[in-house]
Amino acid sequence: MQDKNDFTRNKRFSFKQIAAKLNFSSLTSALLAILLGLIFGFFVMLFAMPANALAGFRYIAFGGFSRLGDVFYFATPILMTGLSVGFAFKMGLFNIGASGQYTMGMFFALYAGFMWDLPNGIHWIAAVLAGMVGGMLWGFIPGFFKALLNVNEVITSIMFNYIGMYLVDMWVRGSSTMYNSTITRTNYLPQSAQIPSLGITGSNVNYGIVLAILIGIILHIVLQKTTFGYELKATGYNKHAAEYAGMKGKTNIIITMMIAGALSGLGGAFMILAPSGIPGSSMTYEPVNIIAANGFNGIAVALLGNSNPIGIIFSALFISHLQRGGTLTNLVGYKPEIIDVVIAIIIYFSAFAMIMNAAIGEFIKKRIKKTDSDIIEDTTEELNVTDASNNNSKEAE
Amino acid sequence: MEKYIIEMINITKVFPGIVANDNITLRLKKGEIHALLGENGAGKSTLMSVLFGLYQPDGGEIRKNGEVVHINNPNDANDLGIGMVHQHFKLVEIFTVLDNIILGVEPSKMGFIQKKEAREKVLKLSEKYGLKIDPDAVIEDITVGMQQRVEILKMLYRENEILIFDEPTAVLTPQEISELLQTMRNFANEGKSILFITHKLNEIMAVADRCTVLRKGKLVGTVDVKDTTKEELSRMMVGRDVSFRVEKKEKKPGEVVLSVRNLSVPSKTHKKDAVKNVSFDIRSGEIVCIAGIDGNGQTELVGAITGLEKASGGRIFLNGKDITKATIRKRSIEGISHIPEDRHKHGLVLDYKLEENLVLQRYWQPEFQSKGFIKFDAVRKYANKLIDKFDIRSGQGPITIARSMSGGNQQKAIIAREIDKKHDLLVAVQPTRGLDVGAIEYVHKQLVETRDAGKAVLLVSFELDEVMNVSDRILVMYEGEIVGDLDPKKVTVQELGLYMSGAKRDQLKEINDAG
Ligand SMILES: Nc1ncnc2c1ncn2[C@@H]1O[C@H](COP(=O)(O)OP(=O)(O)OP(=O)(O)O)[C@@H](O)[C@H]1O
Ligand SMILES: [Mg+2]
Repeated sequence: MQDKNDFTRNKRFSFKQIAAKLNFSSLTSALLAILLGLIFGFFVMLFAMPANALAGFRYIAFGGFSRLGDVFYFATPILMTGLSVGFAFKMGLFNIGASGQYTMGMFFALYAGFMWDLPNGIHWIAAVLAGMVGGMLWGFIPGFFKALLNVNEVITSIMFNYIGMYLVDMWVRGSSTMYNSTITRTNYLPQSAQIPSLGITGSNVNYGIVLAILIGIILHIVLQKTTFGYELKATGYNKHAAEYAGMKGKTNIIITMMIAGALSGLGGAFMILAPSGIPGSSMTYEPVNIIAANGFNGIAVALLGNSNPIGIIFSALFISHLQRGGTLTNLVGYKPEIIDVVIAIIIYFSAFAMIMNAAIGEFIKKRIKKTDSDIIEDTTEELNVTDASNNNSKEAE
Repeated sequence: MEKYIIEMINITKVFPGIVANDNITLRLKKGEIHALLGENGAGKSTLMSVLFGLYQPDGGEIRKNGEVVHINNPNDANDLGIGMVHQHFKLVEIFTVLDNIILGVEPSKMGFIQKKEAREKVLKLSEKYGLKIDPDAVIEDITVGMQQRVEILKMLYRENEILIFDEPTAVLTPQEISELLQTMRNFANEGKSILFITHKLNEIMAVADRCTVLRKGKLVGTVDVKDTTKEELSRMMVGRDVSFRVEKKEKKPGEVVLSVRNLSVPSKTHKKDAVKNVSFDIRSGEIVCIAGIDGNGQTELVGAITGLEKASGGRIFLNGKDITKATIRKRSIEGISHIPEDRHKHGLVLDYKLEENLVLQRYWQPEFQSKGFIKFDAVRKYANKLIDKFDIRSGQGPITIARSMSGGNQQKAIIAREIDKKHDLLVAVQPTRGLDVGAIEYVHKQLVETRDAGKAVLLVSFELDEVMNVSDRILVMYEGEIVGDLDPKKVTVQELGLYMSGAKRDQLKEINDAG
């Protein structure tokens, strides 16, 4: 026990170094949230199939490392939707419409991929940009309603998730160029419309992830360094003060929702335009009237990343890592459904724990304090120091 | 030896960058009203928060009736009979008065809340102490005065016997203040013990038995109020003599800066207009004060001038330009500075750093921004300049999060920002609310300097002393109309009171349209 304590303490210290620039307490909260999520997920696996739980859990926790290319590949769309949700959230808007924007973006990208005849090297860029415009459009609508008619963006964006999904499925099925009715999926996209691969064998990882991470970094800069970011955050923290300071609340709402939509749309584009390992094929879309899960996963990604673009990059990679690891668990007999459940539990429990973290931290802090002041005078000194920096890592003990 | 109900012994509390309480000892007798006095940021709220279990002290101990107690959270405090009315109220805005009072201690039978019982108890208490409330009103719709009565009833409902009041009078009108002071006396006579934070020395002289003075986190001393004077108290607190009179030269009014014509502004709470067909001018080089009892349309009038609210009729001109429909940003550029009534709602982004708040009106100007990127160096330099000039005290200087600053220093930050901004008209709504006497003296001086620099000042204040001392001209508002245009040198406080209560009104000369 004592050894373990020392270990966590040292580890905490080095995290502190890493996090010197970031907000330390939010990093520790995220790590704690993940830990709780993993523990909880483990219990579910134990419950489902006690004998193989340990082996299965090992796959979930570490399996992703053996398939890093795929981890990055599958992280791309949820990183984009995560950025979308997180960015809007900075302004106090809850963009639950990431799914619809994602689907729209995907459709625009498909359309550009099939219908436009452009030279190699330009075609995929045009398709990506088309996807961005598609998402932007779908973000603009809730933003517009919110700004001008004060209609809650949550309601509009949920509605537009459905409208977007049904429209896209209808359009896809209605186009013989895009849709192949025998396999009930979209046709293969021309090679020129596919994002160049990063060339890692056995994986579809492509320049999409590079762009996505770059976009995350740019967003971080926008939020931290620009007047637009300053206004956006001010509005998110206190919209009355923002109004008092003469910021254009309505315009900013629309712009923010357009950017959020564009980010989700890019997610859809990156997903569908990814190159395929098999020559002559491509990613395909099956119009089956289901709302894109990647949109909702974006909410979890954003929560876990504390709406901070850099945090979101890491949380997207982490969640993708879990998902990739999870697919390996069928090697020890877990059904994919169970694993979906477990991963969903880990993701949402993590995200939830992140929200609850302040309360949990406070609770444990108080506990420790109480017992401590009763037993030894000496250690309170040290504990106080950690308390003051408001970190919650004592939960680890 | 005397018996104390509460003893806080050698309390120390450290925040990043500052020792908020440095070895402070405070003893409270049963049945006394004990005032706590100190400059903004001296550590009064912190000390009381320690007693209430919101902060854990880094040193020292608390005793109740001679026994050491550990107060880990407000629930522990409540169990010990300690209740607190905070400087900034902590009510659930969307709940009703009754729900707020019983929140956390709802009487219940088998998991069902027994509202009826609770309501009876609350109404009984309200009647007994003359604390008028409407149990079914929603908090966000009621006046601050009533919100405060709700906070007090919360303590009474929990049968607290040690009552902490953190600057309760800062938000009240003079009438409400005298009612509150009377209520406090009643509590004390019943054997309840009261800790009372205020910056107003008159209030201390009126009700307190003893007074403990803090300065920069340290204890200066505890004195018997009957053996001391206002002057001595302020000397203990600031460390120098404070002048209560405002020094100023004769006014030299120049051009008309603000002119308001037939202005009407709708009310948020009722169907009628809150401001009715009001006309007046303010010239450069004069301080015009809008006096009146709270709720007679002052907020709406200021809202229409600064752009936070829309007028329903009439026109507003600034330097001859019609700004009736201009955006807030436009008005700001044209030369309006605004110290808002509600510093937490409008004045500050509490989760921003102090430096970010200090450029809230100016971040977009070339001085602080180029090509959309904020020049953080320039912001830092500017913030440090204002912090020095206006003596804004905080733990970590420019990077202090505004939320963690003391109430008075938050106010100073807003004042600094608005006075330093280029302007022709300064609209100051209760600018000295929550400030210590030293800071008030400073702000009054600033207002006069602003005036002497040829600017127009529109001051809204409920403090009659301030109204009489600072202003060059007094406009009295009553039920949305201006009922008097008075010269503070020629009118008495009593007369002013008559105007404010609507008992007296002048036939104001018609002002014709401004050219
Ligand atoms: N939660 C906190 N975190 C960091 N610093 C704090 C916190 N609360 C208070 N402080 C600092 O401690 C000092 C004392 O603050 P406190 O609120 O006790 O002052 P005060 O005497 O109540 O002043 P005022 O009259 O302005 O209300 C201030 O410098 C403030 O910045
Ligand atoms: Mg205070």
